[in-house]
Amino acid sequence: MSGRINSAATETEVLIFKKENRLKEIWRRLKKDKLALAGLFLVCFFIIMAIFAELIVPYAAAVTINPHNRLARPTNEFIFGTDGFGRDLFARCLHGARVSLSIGFITAIATAIAGSIIGAIVGYVGGKLDDIVMRALDIFSAIPSILFAMAVVAAMGPGIFNICVAITVTSIPGFVRIVRSAVLGIAEQEYIEACRAGGTSTARILFRHVLPNAVGTLIVNTTANVSQMILTAAILSFLGLGINPPQPEWGSLVSEGREFLRTAPHLTLFPGLMICLASFAISVFGDGLRDALDPRLRT
Amino acid sequence: MSENLLTVKNLSVEYRTDLETVKAVNNISFTLNRGETLGLVGETGAGKTTTALALMRLLPEYTGRIPNGEIIFDEKNLVTASDAEMRMIRGGRIAMIFQDPMTSLNPVMSVGDQISEALEFHNELKRNKEEIGKRVDEVLNMVGIPPGRKYDYPHQFSGGMKQRVVIAMALACEPDLLIADEPTTALDVTIQAQVINMIRELRDRLGTAMIMITHDLGIVAQTCDNVAVMYAGELIEVGTAADIYKSGDHHPYTAGLFGSIPNLKTRSRRLTPIPGLMPDMSNLPPGCSFSPRCPNRNELCETTRSSIYRNGTHAVNCRLFDGRGRWIKEEKAQ
Amino acid sequence: MSQPAVPLIQTKGLKKYFKVRGGLLHAVDDVNITIPERKTLGVVGESGCGKTTLGRAIIRLLEPTSGEVLFKGENVLKYNRGKMRDARKKMQIIFQDPYSSINPRMSVSEIIAEFMIVNKTCENRKAALQRTVKLMDTVGLARRYANVYPHELDGGRRQRIGIARALSLSPEFIVCDEPVSALDVSIQAQILNLLMDLQDELGLTYMFITHDLSVVKHISDEIVVMYLGHVVEQASSNELFENPFHPYTKALLSAIPEPDIEMRNMPITVIKGEVTSPINPGSGCRFAARCDYVMDICKRETPVFSEHKPDHYVSCWKLHSNMKG
Repeated sequence: MSGRINSAATETEVLIFKKENRLKEIWRRLKKDKLALAGLFLVCFFIIMAIFAELIVPYAAAVTINPHNRLARPTNEFIFGTDGFGRDLFARCLHGARVSLSIGFITAIATAIAGSIIGAIVGYVGGKLDDIVMRALDIFSAIPSILFAMAVVAAMGPGIFNICVAITVTSIPGFVRIVRSAVLGIAEQEYIEACRAGGTSTARILFRHVLPNAVGTLIVNTTANVSQMILTAAILSFLGLGINPPQPEWGSLVSEGREFLRTAPHLTLFPGLMICLASFAISVFGDGLRDALDPRLRT
Repeated sequence: MSENLLTVKNLSVEYRTDLETVKAVNNISFTLNRGETLGLVGETGAGKTTTALALMRLLPEYTGRIPNGEIIFDEKNLVTASDAEMRMIRGGRIAMIFQDPMTSLNPVMSVGDQISEALEFHNELKRNKEEIGKRVDEVLNMVGIPPGRKYDYPHQFSGGMKQRVVIAMALACEPDLLIADEPTTALDVTIQAQVINMIRELRDRLGTAMIMITHDLGIVAQTCDNVAVMYAGELIEVGTAADIYKSGDHHPYTAGLFGSIPNLKTRSRRLTPIPGLMPDMSNLPPGCSFSPRCPNRNELCETTRSSIYRNGTHAVNCRLFDGRGRWIKEEKAQ
Repeated sequence: MSQPAVPLIQTKGLKKYFKVRGGLLHAVDDVNITIPERKTLGVVGESGCGKTTLGRAIIRLLEPTSGEVLFKGENVLKYNRGKMRDARKKMQIIFQDPYSSINPRMSVSEIIAEFMIVNKTCENRKAALQRTVKLMDTVGLARRYANVYPHELDGGRRQRIGIARALSLSPEFIVCDEPVSALDVSIQAQILNLLMDLQDELGLTYMFITHDLSVVKHISDEIVVMYLGHVVEQASSNELFENPFHPYTKALLSAIPEPDIEMRNMPITVIKGEVTSPINPGSGCRFAARCDYVMDICKRETPVFSEHKPDHYVSCWKLHSNMKG
């Protein structure tokens, strides 16, 4: 028996530890989820379209006013039709995607990063820090978020960057609260105690043991946030605090189409459809990703 | 009124999902007389609780089913009984105590109300409100709880007291059969001793028949007249308490169980555990389900099931007993 | 075997109080225990007696309120961060719940290698993995499970992972906090045998916390019985089971249902009532409310923990007065 622990493991035995690459493993699991794959495909499609928008239809087409062609129905030339100023709706949707998707992704990711770090720290450390931060966030969330965002934009002036800042700041408290409650549940598990018994540093416990176990919550909330953020940006634009016209953006396209809802429903239909499709794709992909990341659901 | 209260014949239970069929209980047969206690022993996943749920017809509606077998309770087959009939039997004539007293009580109802609710539903004696109130006091007294506490809510009781309330509730309608599923596993030893003592005393006083489901061979020895040992959904050994605890003839699994518990009287340095694990219930071995872990297996064990061998009250499902003195091979009842 | 001069673990007046609504919860109150090297101290008691808190306080997973914990004669409670980090390698813990004590998102080899990577005890990753393979062999985990995730394994195998992880830093002292309570009897016996083999092989010292008396008798050299934060009795394993002195110990021993039908008609000495609250317990014997032999003094003063027989200590006024009178 005493020989067992001293017997050296040979090279070949160590080979069994040559782990399949993490990303490869996640991809292999994600591939099995057809709906998630469809979501991923759609998200990629939207992103590629947004990136190469200029090559597909020049930006000029989206902003050039053409009074002769007002409110045209979808045709071969204008596949989404034209708006009240005779601008090509397809071009506007395409270039709008650039703005809307960037706002959606940037703000959702920024919120997730900031929210997870704050939430994980206050949830894990607890005590006075937790009390102070959470009460501060409570006060903060007592201000209506749209009002706060308006104040930020009014102070800093419109523009994509400022809108992103405004939206991110207002959505952090909610995210912190979600992460904190997930972390509280994880922190009382015995494996976290085991980590402390093994001398693991607090930072490593947080980022290697606590947050990976909260990743499901993080992903689901982040993907839900993306579409939420696109809509918030739309509200700001509608209030005249967002993107300056004539630059297109999905939210403002929908609100512009509102005037012509009876006569030219396609003006609201197409940009609305874009928002729906993008949100749907992102959230099914998010669900699939969450499952693929969870080894317990692996079959 | 015949002596026999419950006869289970070739009962099987399956859990069916889209992916697999789990054979949780396979062709088990046993009988229980009035006033007697049967101990159902086995490890996690052996099918003990599934058997109890089948007797109560409380299997999960969409996945659990009984493909074959009979449960004759007081001359009535419960497998084919209607839902309405079962509702009257459950709680009235067969009562069940669950392992976790914390979750088997409704947290927003006072314990007195919970007991009287059962009494009102199974009101064969046509008791009026006042009499029901009296009966509640009576059963609480019986389990050693001052009747004044009937207005209290479950969270105001400790674990042991909650289990007493659960037992009071089960016995309120004077059932013929009480199924106790690990009634003391969640309790401390001294509280366990109190509860076991009380169960024994009440059973003897009221003459209730009981099925005691447990993994603790000590509790079985202290409470049961007959013992059935379950492994991977099958009864592998059945006998009187004396057969199981005093005779030397055992199924290798039963012998393994006894070898696994540390003995309080002698100090042995090593235990003799059973190697390996219970098989996957959705993929049972073709032969004897214990054969992969059995120290005495032969090739035949791995391919074909054994018959049951009987010696008086003692029955063992293992071919080791083939041709052994007084052990008589039983024809397979299938 | 000669007794080493300095015991591996010793506590002096160890206390751990928790602030709760309504006062101070005295989870561990003035506990003095000694564990010699290569021995096993069993700690028995019912839920809420403070046995788990005691185990956590000794390895400083919980910061004790006051008292000393001496590891090889040095007070670890005085250690700074860096020294404590080194001390942690020598003092490990095995947990009760094989399901919540290992991270579900890490593979078996990652879990076992984690402490070695964190503490940089191996020169590189490869060496850590080689040692992981060895540890898996030691605790009887087949090598093919190296890249498997814990949810695919049963309780017994998961508990082996927890043991391998505790062994990875080559500790000298391990707190076993109910390591077999969540397991089935046949698996329980496998794990108990493994723990005993490891003790012989690696010269480990255990503090074995459990509520299961038959298990504690089997594995321990010395046993302490705890009741509401106090140690009420201490003796060698055989002595305690043969001659229990304290009324609580007696009741505890008689409450075990024995797997023997001869015993079934023996009356069980059932102690009345349930554990009282450990919040602001005041002075006096904490068992007084449930004790059949309660005297006036029991309710006023905390009994002295005294040697009643060579190497057999009890904390009970009745025995104390018997001894004097």
